[in-house]
Amino acid sequence: MIQTDIIIIGAGPVGLFTVFEAGLLKLRCHLIDSLPVPGGQLTEIYPKKPIYDIPGFPIVNAGDLIDNLMKQIEVFKPQFTLGESAVSLEETPENHFIVTTNKGTKHQAPVVIIAGGLGVFEPRKPPIENLADFEDKGVEYIIRDPKFYQDKRVVISGGGDSALDWTIYLVENKIASEVSLVHRRTSFRGHLDSVQKVMDMANDGRIKLITDAEVVGLSGNGKLHSVTIRHTTMGDIVKEADHFVPLFGLTPSLGPIADWGLEIEKNAVKVNTFDYSTNRKGVFAVGDINTYPGKLKLILCGFHEGTLAVQSAFAKIYPNKKNVLKYTTVNGVNGF
Amino acid sequence: MVLTDSDFMENTIKVHIIDREGEQHELDAPTDMNMNIMEVCKSYELPVEGTCGGMALCASCQVYLESSHELPEQSDAELAMLDQAFHVKDNSRLGCQIRITEEIDGITLRLAPK
Repeated sequence: MIQTDIIIIGAGPVGLFTVFEAGLLKLRCHLIDSLPVPGGQLTEIYPKKPIYDIPGFPIVNAGDLIDNLMKQIEVFKPQFTLGESAVSLEETPENHFIVTTNKGTKHQAPVVIIAGGLGVFEPRKPPIENLADFEDKGVEYIIRDPKFYQDKRVVISGGGDSALDWTIYLVENKIASEVSLVHRRTSFRGHLDSVQKVMDMANDGRIKLITDAEVVGLSGNGKLHSVTIRHTTMGDIVKEADHFVPLFGLTPSLGPIADWGLEIEKNAVKVNTFDYSTNRKGVFAVGDINTYPGKLKLILCGFHEGTLAVQSAFAKIYPNKKNVLKYTTVNGVNGF
Repeated sequence: MVLTDSDFMENTIKVHIIDREGEQHELDAPTDMNMNIMEVCKSYELPVEGTCGGMALCASCQVYLESSHELPEQSDAELAMLDQAFHVKDNSRLGCQIRITEEIDGITLRLAPK
């Protein structure tokens, strides 16, 4: 079991900066994030977008802001559980919390700060009626281990870079026995050289490229056997396949946090603006995931929220210790 | 000079939104607030998520254009996002990419399924 002072759920900008403010109070943090790298939506959705409303930075790219935050908190040696999403929150008799991830990693701390932003990033799932019936029975939304597809017939769906890249990978490395790429449009919007490669592979007969078409049906008996592909002009084609891999990017959802006994309003966690505490003692929510009268979903507001939350976190962890605000200009930053 | 309500209404257009239950909503949308359809829908608490905040990066504000209004050409970013979205039709648009201007006064848009 991982032990720390504060478990921070979500490693976006607000979660990261909360580590800094906690560190000034000599509180250690462990962050959990469903994405494989820190940064949250800044890294996942808009790393190259400029942000203009971070005080003191006339302009900063989202990705650079995350890099800088990581540098800023380095001295406080935050620990990370990445690529795993927090699924359960249990309370011990001492009012400590145990947060468990989808992979079973357990974390214990007296304080939990939820900085979950938009929620958990999950694969965008195409609207196929019986899709869920075949999950892990031939339908996968993420390719974890390419070897899994050795000598299999694979249908990939999507028009972005991941669909193109995996198509190329499975063919070039002679993994899948047959690869079909299904895309709703004629043109692809991925990197030009990937598009060219896929076109060449289609011309050479190394892949089956089916454009202006969508996968609309799945069938099989306990395991995927075939997919139905609907072409805009040619109608339905039934194609035998061992695997169907829809690659349509990621989309966020509030996820399991909704079942943690927290007061939820408009898909966000209700907090008290005194210290951004939730209705559960010792659990705070900061950044885009919380709501209160006057809430603005701004990074700079999240920085403020995290700063106030850790003051109450300190009071909970050290009820008998006095704490006064110290300026970094006076004391510097003393790491662990 | 005293400003009255009608002075403000001068910079307002009508937007018709058909929600996912088929109900039509007539919204007043200001042309001088640098707003887009996604934001106007949110301000009226219609069920539009606008997850990415209007960067054409999530398609949660997809709408179908159901009136004959001519809209500016779609950006590459919008087309790329619609490529990854579902329930996409020829008249699909991202609400966040439709600016509130006088040219779209009286426009009718239907919210795409979630």
